[in-house]
Amino acid sequence: MKTDIFQAIADPTRRAILTLIAIQALTPNTMAQKFDMSRQAVSKHIKVLHECELIKPEQSGREIYYHFNAKKMQEFDHWLAQFRRNWEIQFNQLDEVLSTIKEQRK
Amino acid sequence: MNNDLLFDFNVDKAAKTIFITREFNAGLPLVWDAFTKKEILDKWAAPAPMRCETKYLDFKVGGRRFYAMISPGGQERWVLQKYTSITPKTNFKLYNSFADKDENPELPGSEWDHNFSEQNGITKVNISIFNESLERMESLSEGFRKGYTAMLANLDDMFTALSKNHKIFFFNHI
Repeated sequence: MKTDIFQAIADPTRRAILTLIAIQALTPNTMAQKFDMSRQAVSKHIKVLHECELIKPEQSGREIYYHFNAKKMQEFDHWLAQFRRNWEIQFNQLDEVLSTIKEQRK
Repeated sequence: MNNDLLFDFNVDKAAKTIFITREFNAGLPLVWDAFTKKEILDKWAAPAPMRCETKYLDFKVGGRRFYAMISPGGQERWVLQKYTSITPKTNFKLYNSFADKDENPELPGSEWDHNFSEQNGITKVNISIFNESLERMESLSEGFRKGYTAMLANLDDMFTALSKNHKIFFFNHI
């Protein structure tokens, strides 16, 4: 099963990788050096982050550079903003309903 | 609308939980009814211009509410809620999932927890929504929203077309 973005970012190492590549695109080798990890361990993290589209690869000569895909996070935040707005509208409607009922009971 | 009433909306992405707090200018028994009675829920529990229609609501532990969210174009999205815990006038919990029109839920859904308290005639409602996969929750609601957004996009096009014709008018009046 594909990894959920929130499962992906729940891991501290993956969060650190994202923070780093948000500043600058990196190759798997550079990541391994910076985090003092094996190439294999880095590959596993890259696989998870890539699967949920939080990072995207770009070939540059013989090297693959991974970039941060900010759009993926924004899509979710956009949905959340919409979800919040829906609640706001509903509660304002409820204010009206409550005041009508209170008025009727007087 | 009363702007003095608290409205809070927070998301803890790591805990996969959304927290919503709202105050209402009414006593607790009335607000409790507004969240648990079919007749009142149908008056407010969908954001306009959508509306909701409850087919049935059986407010007891193990009981269910089955309702449709209906878009202005008549498109229906069914929701099934199962009450898992009730402490009268204090708290109730439910398991929420989208469903087809024959009441088959699309699992997994989300766990909703509602807390009610009253102070000086103002009732505060705390809601927390836990979803094992917030991303999945997004994609499920997205399907319905897209149909609705498409309708709004038509309006946008119309406004754009109108404003093009009226560009000179707008420039003169800015």
